[in-house]
Amino acid sequence: MSYICRRFSAQTFDADPGDSGWWQQQFIGLLSQGSETIEVLGGPQGSGWFWGSPKCCAEVRGADGSWDGGRGPGLRCQVTLLFAQFQLTVPVSVVFAKGALPGAQQRRLPFADTQEEESLLNRKNQADAALLPLQEDSLGALTVYVIPETSPLLPQGVGVYVGKHRSAVMRCPQGPGDVLAAVSARVQQIVQAMSFTTDSITAALSDRVPMDQLGTDTRRPFKSSLGYEITFSLLNPDPKSHDVHWDIEAAVSGYVQPFLDKLGSVANFSVDSQILYYAVLGVSPRFDKASSSFILSALSLPHVINPVEARLGSSATSLYPVLNFLLYVPERIHSPLYIQDKDGAAVGTNAFHSPRWGGIMVYNVDHPAPDKALLPLRVDVDMVRVMEVFLAQLRLLFGISQVPLPEEFLLESPGNKGLTDWELDRLLWTRTVENIATVSTTLTSLAQLLDKIGNIVIKDDVASEVYHAVASAQTAMLELASGHLGSAFQASKEAVISSERAFFDPSLLHLLYFPDDQKFAIYIPLFLPMAVPILLSLVKILREAKQSKKEPTKTD
Amino acid sequence: PHWVSGPEAEVQRMAWAVAAVLGLLLLLGSPGGCGGSPGPPRDSLREELLLSPLPSGDIAATFQFRARWDSELHREGVSHYRLFPKALGQLISKYLVRELHLSLTQGFWRTRTWGQPYLQAPAGAELWVWFQDSVTDVDKAWKELSNILSGIFCASLNFIDSTNTVTPTASFKPLGLANVTDHHLLRYAVLPREIVCTENLTPWKKLLPCSSKAGLAVLLKAERLFHTSYHSQAVHIRPICRDASCLSVSWELRQTLTVVFDTFSIGQGKRDWSLFKMFSRTVTEACPLASESKIYVDISSKTQENELLEVTPPPLSVHEASVQGDRRTYAVYDLLSPLLFNVSRSLNVQLKWKRPQDSLDLSTPVLHAQRYVSGYGLQTGEISTLIYNTHPYRAFPVILLETVPWYLRLYVHTLVITTKGKENKPSYIHYQPAQDRRRPHLLEMLIQLPANSVTKITIQFERALLKWTEYTPDPNHGFYVSPSVLSALVPSVLAMKAEDAEKSPLFTSLFPSADGSSYFVRLYTEPLLVNLPTPDFSMPYNVICLTCTVVAVCYGSFYNLLTRTFHVEEPSRGGLAKRLANIIRKVRGVPPL
Repeated sequence: MSYICRRFSAQTFDADPGDSGWWQQQFIGLLSQGSETIEVLGGPQGSGWFWGSPKCCAEVRGADGSWDGGRGPGLRCQVTLLFAQFQLTVPVSVVFAKGALPGAQQRRLPFADTQEEESLLNRKNQADAALLPLQEDSLGALTVYVIPETSPLLPQGVGVYVGKHRSAVMRCPQGPGDVLAAVSARVQQIVQAMSFTTDSITAALSDRVPMDQLGTDTRRPFKSSLGYEITFSLLNPDPKSHDVHWDIEAAVSGYVQPFLDKLGSVANFSVDSQILYYAVLGVSPRFDKASSSFILSALSLPHVINPVEARLGSSATSLYPVLNFLLYVPERIHSPLYIQDKDGAAVGTNAFHSPRWGGIMVYNVDHPAPDKALLPLRVDVDMVRVMEVFLAQLRLLFGISQVPLPEEFLLESPGNKGLTDWELDRLLWTRTVENIATVSTTLTSLAQLLDKIGNIVIKDDVASEVYHAVASAQTAMLELASGHLGSAFQASKEAVISSERAFFDPSLLHLLYFPDDQKFAIYIPLFLPMAVPILLSLVKILREAKQSKKEPTKTD
Repeated sequence: PHWVSGPEAEVQRMAWAVAAVLGLLLLLGSPGGCGGSPGPPRDSLREELLLSPLPSGDIAATFQFRARWDSELHREGVSHYRLFPKALGQLISKYLVRELHLSLTQGFWRTRTWGQPYLQAPAGAELWVWFQDSVTDVDKAWKELSNILSGIFCASLNFIDSTNTVTPTASFKPLGLANVTDHHLLRYAVLPREIVCTENLTPWKKLLPCSSKAGLAVLLKAERLFHTSYHSQAVHIRPICRDASCLSVSWELRQTLTVVFDTFSIGQGKRDWSLFKMFSRTVTEACPLASESKIYVDISSKTQENELLEVTPPPLSVHEASVQGDRRTYAVYDLLSPLLFNVSRSLNVQLKWKRPQDSLDLSTPVLHAQRYVSGYGLQTGEISTLIYNTHPYRAFPVILLETVPWYLRLYVHTLVITTKGKENKPSYIHYQPAQDRRRPHLLEMLIQLPANSVTKITIQFERALLKWTEYTPDPNHGFYVSPSVLSALVPSVLAMKAEDAEKSPLFTSLFPSADGSSYFVRLYTEPLLVNLPTPDFSMPYNVICLTCTVVAVCYGSFYNLLTRTFHVEEPSRGGLAKRLANIIRKVRGVPPL
């Protein structure tokens, strides 16, 4: 992807009154002139998320009339220029502990060494908690603490420790060369791990580039939406043999709700559950004699979901996308049932997930004795086991996946909320970019519709929604560039809402307008008989012309 | 029927990958676990089937699935569903519905020959909803609710709008637990044009916990159910008392389905029937989730001395109940009883008449009604409703509800009610005039029906001219007028004992009678089909065609004249006719031409 060029800012150490230096990590999307860029960005369909260029703008200005008054073209220009440049800035403070740098290097730091910390930090976990009040509490802002090489704070062999808030502790690299350069390289690594990388931003725009260029990881997460419905379904295809009970209420409030509370700023969530009886998978499993169990191979998994989905039912009362988590208790004659991966090995969790749809887990019942008289067998589902899997799948479906890190990095566990602060930041960075791209796509489609139907009427409220969407998207971009992640995300969310409202306005229905080809069809009874004598006389003229050409040759 | 699809779901199903699940570190303190003691089930399911031979010789089969949930649906937050369907539960909690009644019916219940229906429903789709008093904008909630129901049941309920919605004041009272009688929270609409078919049955079956895989629902085979003279499926949701003290509320969902089989045509003139003949299936087991699963067969005979009917296999028990003012005897098959499937693996209830009944004693029901449109021409007309009270000595009042669309302009001054040749003054009239394109006429009257009488209600109307876009796709078929609704407490001929409503079969508990001396009846008359003055919709196109052709012909000849070159023709020797003429002239001695 050539359009995003990463530039590590020249002003690495900015003079700042505090004891911190600002790194600016900038992503600048450069838009060159002409249609070639659109081709590259938008893929073969040309539905690029960067669309148009100043040239295109001028054309539109000339072809006035589709928008009422002079308002339209100006508006469209704004949309066009909106995405000319894309810049993300992560505010990073780097705090040096006393003695972290040799004296000679200290003098080279471009800021005054003012504040001294006298805190005794024994264990790394304490450090994480103790350092929390020192940081400014804002989304997306990272703090990196540099401690001396010999500090006993971090265990042996660990170079960098990433906490569960927005801070990291690193050892000052020792060596002969430029220590500051080494520090800056290390800090860049940390920042990439804790905020975003080129890949994650590309993935956020993945709907605007052809799918086959991306790996499975980027296709997996759900699209950015204002809300999600999470549905847990217990499938019991054999209620005659199994009387399955699950304590879903406690499990949701214990495991899922803390995670969702943390994500509350990203979207609205609603959780519900249901039990479906006689709901079977679409494929019948294969019996494996060696292990005397039933096997569901990875190849057959694509056929599992469709028959089940008919029973799941969509959410009747909201339009948000639904995340389905199914717990499947296999029938008595098909248990135990195991899922096999492509290599033929059993999957340890006995679960799989489907990108942008949800996850399925097979829960085998341990049969004490196959005595028919004792059926149905009461089964109490071990919700801890189930929720472990579902929460992991939930993280994957939201795109909160583990970042590949160097060996010496040590990550703090996310705690009982299942999500660290910087993971939330990572999500917000990509979601903001994705939202802005969505707004651009929506407005582009709207503009295309207006191009198609010349006499469409844009009402004032629709126009104001479009204006608002553009303004919010621009605000979001500005805030991204200045490193205010929270406000950028809110602005991008507003932009999405406004643009969707404008796009789905009932007055902009294609069918409301009488198509031109039908107007023509009505007048065919006039045009057709009139055309006949004209055509006949044309034929006659041609024939006469041919004859007159021939006649002179005859006389010769 | 009309398919409603949501906004494009951008679900792209790509390669399915086996998840490499992350090692989760968050399970530090697990709350509770699974050590909770299993309390009594908070929801229960009961399934029933009632087979009743009708006086005309047909047979009615009525299914009822009752799901009961001891839960407060109106609370916020997480909701967890087991037997109660999630789609309907969400609907109730989101739109603050107090009571919901939806029926989809194909065909018309002929009260006069089939007797009083157990469950009443008008032809087409009927929806009536009571909202909670906390709903501020009832019309908006009603609109959204009908749209969502339209999606759930694949029916055209989205055509319910202000032009066919009314708020009756007296006819429809809450059937469940309610102390609210503010009728502004009620909305009622009928779509008589709705056609019910398999696509409506499938989502209805999906709401059943056992789907159609086990229990009585196995019999619900679409190709048999729609091969009948009457098919009606319904959903009733209402709050009920949780226990006798009635301190807390439970929710009850009744899914009912009534079909009437024409046994003469199925059985080649014989009136014997069996489950297999009707449904082409037999029952093999009860739904394992049901706490009660029973089949009732109505074996009551008019003449007490000898039994006319023979039911096989012999029923395990016989239940006597008085239903709708009549003493009935039911043969009961309890599917949960282990004795039933001892002999054979499947249950195929058969009924044989011991001797052929030549004369069918059609005992007319106490209350029945009839409605028709009279008049000629396309300007005015008259709607007449005949209400029959055949009770020998008791008079009783009836509430009549008429909903007439705005394009039939009723003349209220022409309203005439006559009984036995005399004018019958209604004791209560509620009339809400129509507004063009906004709301229909609503006429509600409380009329006293004298014993053994026919009451005729006529009202004249004028047909309005519609705009050309307001006509239905097939305007020459006519426009439906929804059936009028009769609600009455009919005095029973027999004295009824106060019985345990829960124990008696089926439906007596939906409309509990106030006392033993009368029972509640709701009747629907026939929907009317009225022709409106309909323009020839192809006329504009025909005119265009005709004028264009004329213009084109004129143009053609004019063009021809303008472009034609004229040559002077040389005189020729003449054709065959001329020669012949000359020969004749020669013979005659006349000079040739």
